[in-house]
Amino acid sequence: MKLDSKVPEGRLEDKWRNYQVKSQLINPANKKKLSVIVVGTGLSGAGAAATLAELGYDVQCFCYQDSARRAHSVAAQGGINAAKNYQHDGDSVWRMFYDTLKGGDFRSREANTYRLAELSAPLIDHYVQQGVPFAREYGGTLVNRSFGGVQVQRTFYARGQTGQQLLLAAYSQLYKMIRAKKVKMFPRSEMMDLVVIDGKAKGIIVRDLVSGELKRFAADAVVLATGGYSRVFRLSTLAIGCNGSAIWKAHKRGAYFAAPSFTQIHPTALPQSSEAQSKLTLMSESLRNDGRIWVPKKKNDDRKPNAIPEEDRDYYLERRYPSFGNLAPRDIASRAAKERIDAGYGIGRLKNAVYLDFKHSIERFGLETIKDRYGNLFDMYKKITGIDAYTTPMMISPAAHFSMGGLWVDYELMTTVPGLYAIGECNFSDHGANRLGANSLLQASVDGYFVLPNTINNYLANALKEEHDDVNHPEFEEVENEVKASLDKILHVNGTKTVDHFHRELGKIMWQECAMSRNQSGLEEAIQKIKQLKDDFWNDVKVTGKSNGLNTELEKAYRLADFIELGILMCTDALEREESCGAHFREEYQTKEGEAVRVDDKYSYVAAWEYNSGNFQLHQESLVFEYVKPTVRSYK
Amino acid sequence: MRVTFKIWRQNGPNTIGQLKDYEVDGLTEDMSFLEALDHLNEQLVLQNEEAIAYEYDCREGICGQCGVFINGRAHGPHDNMTTCQLHMRSFKDGDTIVVEPWRSASFPIVKDLIVDRTAFDRIIESGAFISAKTGTAPEANAIPIPKSVADAAMDAAACIGCGACVATCKNASAALFTAAKINHLNKLPQGKAEQHQRAKDMTWQMEQEGFGSCTFTGACEVECPEGIFITNIAEMNARRVKAKWLG
Repeated sequence: MKLDSKVPEGRLEDKWRNYQVKSQLINPANKKKLSVIVVGTGLSGAGAAATLAELGYDVQCFCYQDSARRAHSVAAQGGINAAKNYQHDGDSVWRMFYDTLKGGDFRSREANTYRLAELSAPLIDHYVQQGVPFAREYGGTLVNRSFGGVQVQRTFYARGQTGQQLLLAAYSQLYKMIRAKKVKMFPRSEMMDLVVIDGKAKGIIVRDLVSGELKRFAADAVVLATGGYSRVFRLSTLAIGCNGSAIWKAHKRGAYFAAPSFTQIHPTALPQSSEAQSKLTLMSESLRNDGRIWVPKKKNDDRKPNAIPEEDRDYYLERRYPSFGNLAPRDIASRAAKERIDAGYGIGRLKNAVYLDFKHSIERFGLETIKDRYGNLFDMYKKITGIDAYTTPMMISPAAHFSMGGLWVDYELMTTVPGLYAIGECNFSDHGANRLGANSLLQASVDGYFVLPNTINNYLANALKEEHDDVNHPEFEEVENEVKASLDKILHVNGTKTVDHFHRELGKIMWQECAMSRNQSGLEEAIQKIKQLKDDFWNDVKVTGKSNGLNTELEKAYRLADFIELGILMCTDALEREESCGAHFREEYQTKEGEAVRVDDKYSYVAAWEYNSGNFQLHQESLVFEYVKPTVRSYK
Repeated sequence: MRVTFKIWRQNGPNTIGQLKDYEVDGLTEDMSFLEALDHLNEQLVLQNEEAIAYEYDCREGICGQCGVFINGRAHGPHDNMTTCQLHMRSFKDGDTIVVEPWRSASFPIVKDLIVDRTAFDRIIESGAFISAKTGTAPEANAIPIPKSVADAAMDAAACIGCGACVATCKNASAALFTAAKINHLNKLPQGKAEQHQRAKDMTWQMEQEGFGSCTFTGACEVECPEGIFITNIAEMNARRVKAKWLG
């Protein structure tokens, strides 16, 4: 299949308007005859479900958590970007577009990225209207701060709980539409597979996580808003329940998977302290506004951090990237930390961390100001580590955080399966090979509130004329039987090792070979190891309990089974891309100073993988840069 | 480190539950409390037993999904902290740790330590929103909101919906939860249009769900992971009275 990005005609600034002018409309009386399934209730899912319901569609919405309010958007701390230029510092839609494209190392589509920047300003208006208590100046106007990879202040925030506040706004809008009986909500319900009839997405099979019952749901279109897949590394900043199963099942039913290896490692998480650890807690990137990152100049310097004088400290980001300093983009900051740690300068008990120091900011702005800006983050740090970061530098370390890759989507956010859409983190669209801080809440929200509700009509207008397939169609029965068989298979292995054991093993392989730096032999070996792990899993995993009832071990097991297969695809993708770009750093492609070397003449494309009974076939969507000339990304 | 867990096991809402003892060895002080339970579950699975059901998701104190009674206190021995942020260094080698689900008739047990908190969602559904459609917003800076107002709204809005306030209250009152949401929205200019209806509908729904009345013991604000003040409840009551007169 030839990939058609469906980018509209016209100048970059006019594309979205041109698209809307030409897309098909549906009259309000007809919208209620059309049904849409939305899987996931984070910012993109809840935003989409609420907005589609406001427009008049019949919406069914699903989440695996006990309430829509738990979706992991809730955990985003730092903020949300918008090209408002409130700070009068030279910001504009164009500059935000350029920063995002450059931050992604020129591996995303110009038109999508531009639309993201264009819709950012109305999104802030929208959230203020919904009652988000963004930080304000004394005079009552909105405050901004800086984030990595940019030199203007365009990030809006609500203390260190921006994601929570935006999600609660989206959740309340969703419940407003539930009350209006326009959305049916199914919490504790997990999508197990996609039902495709005559080549079109027509429904899903859902497992009721309390009763264990498999249920069928039909609709005219299916929207996946299921978030990122970085739990493939096991240790990550994601929620424990985050998984890649919905998009993986969709992939196996025909949706191409784009750039799976583009996963972001966040530079400022709390370091791992033991093998039993389940989660790495993120400390917001906003801390890099006022915190300075350093390691001792001497190896194995055992002195307490405050006893190490200035001349013995290496502020390595400021040294290597003087113009961006501590606000270098995430991929660069993470790699620079890894470089110091690998060279033997890491600190902490396991020598796997670097310092993030607020001493200078506290001297400059006063303790109260720092408390006001980051109080809850410092409190969280103290709760977890027992250390007071106002007096002792924080210890931080890189951790898996975000997946830029995801299901391939066109300009309408539709996957290669007609009628199947992917929005938010689970798609590949705007971030290229590296996402800028505070662009994640933005993309999820813009996709859910503004883009999808204005593109899905272009497909549904035709669905109106077609027959509505119901859940008695034989395809539903067949897919349900496949799901049932695979659950039975897991329960019947009755081996000797726990699900967590296999997840730890997968995490080790992925972290070693497919995280911050990658090379050919390592990736080839990783693929073999994961294939072996897959065999071992299906022969030796032990899951107790039954499938007809609440069984958390079974949930973990089927999610892990998909992660294992996804791991193989991630390594395959990383192996294929013989260049370094953004978060994808191939050791073979670097300068003498250790900076990434991009190979535009060969790899200026989006790699979209087709699933073909256990094998993956590559399709390329060439990236055409009409308005911006890709340059060597420099933050020096 | 070695501890004895006494954990509530109950198969479903209509079955009888009981505390069961589990000896767990090989724990370390820097393990989180939930990681210690993970560790126990791995052992149970290997012994062919069914894993203990408990809830969590983000494990960084913000999603509000975790939450159990530990040694008689909601979220464990510390004030203002979620269960996921509790670490084993808060216990001693040899300790016995009693773990129970949230106790409230309005939070029926689903299984073991998991309870059903959808009553909270129904309170939200009854009025915790601003009735404005996507696409109708005016320019964000058009209505200035003084910093003090935005900050006070944020203080209330920080609620994570964990249910510790209900679980720890001798009346199983959801007043702090409901108050936090009403006050967040009613303080802001955007929430004013529906303020009276919201105060009436949400407090009515709170009572319909069977939560008890507030008698101002202050237990809730001690356990609230976001430290939401009990004064919010007084403010809610005032808003409710005002709504009855003016709404």
